[in-house]
Amino acid sequence: MKAAFYLLVAVIVLYTVFPFYWAIVSSLKSGSALFSTDLWPKESTLANYRSIFLEQPFGRNILNSILVATATVSACLFIAVTAAYALGRIEFRGQGLLLMLILSVSMFPQVAVLSGMFELIHALGLYNTRLGLILSYMVIVLPFTVWVLTTFMRALPKELEEAAIMDGATPWIIVTRIFLPLLTPVLFTTGILAFIAAWNEFLFALTFTLTNNMRTVPVAIALMSGNSQFELPWGNIMAASVVVTMPLVLLVLAFQKYIISGLTAGAVKG
Amino acid sequence: MQNKGHMSALTRQRVRSAWVFLIPMLLVLAGVAAWPLLRTIYFSFTDASLDDLASARWIGLTNFIYLLGDPDWWHAVWNTFFFTVCSVSVETVLGLIIALTLNAHMPGRGLLRTAVMIPWAVPTVVSAQMWGWMFHDLYGVINDTLLSLHVIREAKAWTADPHLAMIAIVIADVWKTTPFMALLILASLQLLPHECYESARVDGIHPIKVFFKVTLPLIKPGLTVAVIFRCLDAMRIFDLIYILTSNSRDTMSMSVYARQQLVDFQDVGYGSAASTMLFVTIALLTALLLTLSKVKPGKEIA
Repeated sequence: MKAAFYLLVAVIVLYTVFPFYWAIVSSLKSGSALFSTDLWPKESTLANYRSIFLEQPFGRNILNSILVATATVSACLFIAVTAAYALGRIEFRGQGLLLMLILSVSMFPQVAVLSGMFELIHALGLYNTRLGLILSYMVIVLPFTVWVLTTFMRALPKELEEAAIMDGATPWIIVTRIFLPLLTPVLFTTGILAFIAAWNEFLFALTFTLTNNMRTVPVAIALMSGNSQFELPWGNIMAASVVVTMPLVLLVLAFQKYIISGLTAGAVKG
Repeated sequence: MQNKGHMSALTRQRVRSAWVFLIPMLLVLAGVAAWPLLRTIYFSFTDASLDDLASARWIGLTNFIYLLGDPDWWHAVWNTFFFTVCSVSVETVLGLIIALTLNAHMPGRGLLRTAVMIPWAVPTVVSAQMWGWMFHDLYGVINDTLLSLHVIREAKAWTADPHLAMIAIVIADVWKTTPFMALLILASLQLLPHECYESARVDGIHPIKVFFKVTLPLIKPGLTVAVIFRCLDAMRIFDLIYILTSNSRDTMSMSVYARQQLVDFQDVGYGSAASTMLFVTIALLTALLLTLSKVKPGKEIA
């Protein structure tokens, strides 16, 4: 019984870890070694890593991704804090409807706004710019941020603000002096999740950028091509994959508890 | 009485500031969500093309009539539903197994949880490329392993063979999304009272019976919500299919179809009609799932 259980655990770990492990191993092989299925490269080489940074603008792509994701998340958190306070702590008519609306925006297909967004970005002269991506990413990140923050706001005890209200503090004072300090860990959690969402976005980045220099990391990895038109440069693709995934895996390792609490708060409870 | 009047003045002040606090979010959402959505719906009734959106002419329902007559569109609809049903059911079962395992008391549980979180942390694009490489017909580790275990006799073209490509896509998607499912189920499991299990154990009831009679009914609300979320998310699948099999007709989802028309064929009017149909489908499906499951969004976070 116990042995069967540990076998199950081993199978689960193998299943979840192997694909990423295989990407790391493949990224360290080059030339014909890439086509062998050795579980560990006979001769490890960093050639693939050199290639993506020297022969392709991958460093630039990483910079684009960092800038776009950071700007989107900061803007969304800023807007979401006051909105979440209103939705989570004050009762008013139309609140339920508004929450439903926010939830449905976060669930609707990105492709449903694609042509309208394309027109908007063109009209503002933001095609093939980072600002255009930041603007379009708001539609993904903002509803999510508001939703998660609202959930956390509701969980805070009522007594917190009662005293402040009695003392005649305005809602603005309550948000900035009472809730903001308490919410720092929550903002951090939400920020990480929102950052990951923006970092991974593909459809908008693929459609609203044109040149390799403006591409974000996911688009660069998806469109990576080599000298041969018949075979993709798998070594390079795996190296790039490892480079962009490693920070996320480390983030998950370090902040596991926060991330899980944020994820479960983001999904509605029955 | 005076106190009550004071409270309602206070309430009115708070409601007023609530709306002030909501204005920035409402403005942004109106600009980046409502407006583009309405424009997309408008474009679906026009002959707009990508290089010249301004000269779009109203052509009524023409795009929709062509769309509903296109076998490729219906193929994409079928692919999307097939993918959603397969992927969500497999990941629900796997997610349950993993969540139950994570919930058991054992040494090294934290480590196991970290391992399970890895696929979640891997970007979809990266996961698609990783699986594309593992599924490679000549040098892929999957063919190599299956051949040496004599499960298959000859190498399979996983992503090119029309019969296998959708299976490959489901396998890659399940790997990536199961952790999310497992974590949500685990959250429900950890809320369960210990007493139920204690008495079940004292009565000597078989663990599998306990699972179906006690655990499953208790976690059902949480599980239902997780399944609905994943269904709606799976319905809009784009990245994975686009990267693994590009614009192949055999595996194309509704999102891939719409984008191909819009961007590759520059036909914004027709592509917008496809996007609008996808939007309507998902909206109807949401209403249906919410009614059937009796989940009330908006109330659940109270």
